[in-house]
Amino acid sequence: MSANDAYLTGVGQSEIGMKLTRPPLLLTVDAVREALTEAGLTIGQIDGVSTYPGKASTLLGFSPIGADELIDTLGIRATWYAGGMEISSQLGAVVAAAMAVRTGQARHVICFRTVYEAAALARPTEYPTPRRETVDGYSQWLAPFNATSAVNWTAQYAMRHMKRYGLTREQLAQIAITDRAHAVLNPRALVRKSLTMDEYLSARMISTPLCLYDCDRYTDASTVLIVSAGDAIDEVSCTPIRIAAMAGTVERHSWDQAEWMACYPTGADLWKRTDYKPKDVATAQLYDGFSFQALAWLEGLGFCDVGEGGRFIEGGTRIALDGELPLNTFGGQIGAGRLHGFGFAHEAVVQLRGNGGVRQIPGDPRVAVCASGGGPLATALLLARD
Amino acid sequence: MTTPRVLPRLDLENRFFWTSGADGQLRLLRCQECAIFIHPPRAVCRHCLSEKVSPEVVPGTGTVDTFTVNYQEWRPGLDVPYVIARVAIDGAQGVYLTTNIVGCPVEAVQIGDRVRVTFEQHGEIYLPLFEKVGST
Repeated sequence: MSANDAYLTGVGQSEIGMKLTRPPLLLTVDAVREALTEAGLTIGQIDGVSTYPGKASTLLGFSPIGADELIDTLGIRATWYAGGMEISSQLGAVVAAAMAVRTGQARHVICFRTVYEAAALARPTEYPTPRRETVDGYSQWLAPFNATSAVNWTAQYAMRHMKRYGLTREQLAQIAITDRAHAVLNPRALVRKSLTMDEYLSARMISTPLCLYDCDRYTDASTVLIVSAGDAIDEVSCTPIRIAAMAGTVERHSWDQAEWMACYPTGADLWKRTDYKPKDVATAQLYDGFSFQALAWLEGLGFCDVGEGGRFIEGGTRIALDGELPLNTFGGQIGAGRLHGFGFAHEAVVQLRGNGGVRQIPGDPRVAVCASGGGPLATALLLARD
Repeated sequence: MTTPRVLPRLDLENRFFWTSGADGQLRLLRCQECAIFIHPPRAVCRHCLSEKVSPEVVPGTGTVDTFTVNYQEWRPGLDVPYVIARVAIDGAQGVYLTTNIVGCPVEAVQIGDRVRVTFEQHGEIYLPLFEKVGST
């Protein structure tokens, strides 16, 4: 162990569902308990908390629980904590925690992401969505044209890829088909039913070229990742997973002014910070709130050339559980649920520890990459079991 | 029928843009020192940090850089399908506007299409929509 490194230790997850009645604070505590148990840590040993995006008081379903609330609820004495949305996407909260433990601000940091969007939609009196009379900030450049959903913004990147590089719907379908095949093997996954090419191709369009099955769906769940300092690893009972490299970039925080999605520069940066190469990666867990984002991440991270993503995943064998680069082995957000970024890091740790059960990838995986974010936001983590 | 829209809240930085269509012209903010266009509008140039920025008329034509046909009825009364496009604006390199392509069937829109601005008025706000050049 290197004292100057940061490690992912205990990981935990609540049940994943839609319209759950268990309150989001308790889902978060469920995930905390599971992570503590795996790490062999007690809550008294936790001295840091990091979350994305912090409590969203005006949109509670999106983020019902903030760091303040969790710290108070669990009686944590935090020497460092943070929660906010102005960071390089969801897993930016893990990057922040890793920097905190590497600089001695804390020893064991709970990182969490809790979502309650399905329950909030079903129970608007408890979780009201404010009606916007006018828009400002960057919404003003999109919402007046009824381009309100990220699916509309992502679809335009996908459409351009089709035009420039010849991406086909049959190729893109492999993200959703693979996700759903893997979700069948994950007892916690939201959608435990496989998807055929025919079903995909005949699904209704949401925003061309993205159909219903290219989209994740509102989910209620909490995911916890504990980040521990290298010099505190002897307190932990599970196999520590080293954060070998981290990257996150934003150039223009805009979905329409940027020429590239941020996953491209972020992926390139990641490999500048490590001696590992893409060929060393045993499994990739890549953000797929919309299927095309995972394809872009494959290109951005250098698993194939820019423009080759469609041909790379064609037929699906390469990214299957027994393929050369198993992708989103827990089902991704399309299959397992909209865990919003944290599910990818959770699964990378599960696979590197050999804890995948029936969905465990073959061999002895030692290096995994996980990534969150789409459009102008991107974070990538390279994880290693030494 | 007119599809329901959420309108921008006017402020010091954006007012010129959203009201520009009153005389039928599209305007973008331009740095008077280094000549680059700044969009979204800010009080300072993102290239040279000059505060000498002011709106300038651009030709109002452009090219469809990419687009999508939205089929999802996000709220009641939304008239679907409709085209959302990212238009590269002539005479303002690097500036794109997200907009709707109107006045033609959704199937008629392709990447690379030449388009021209047409304003949809909502009180003092004029939303810059685009139609295909040559279409009526």
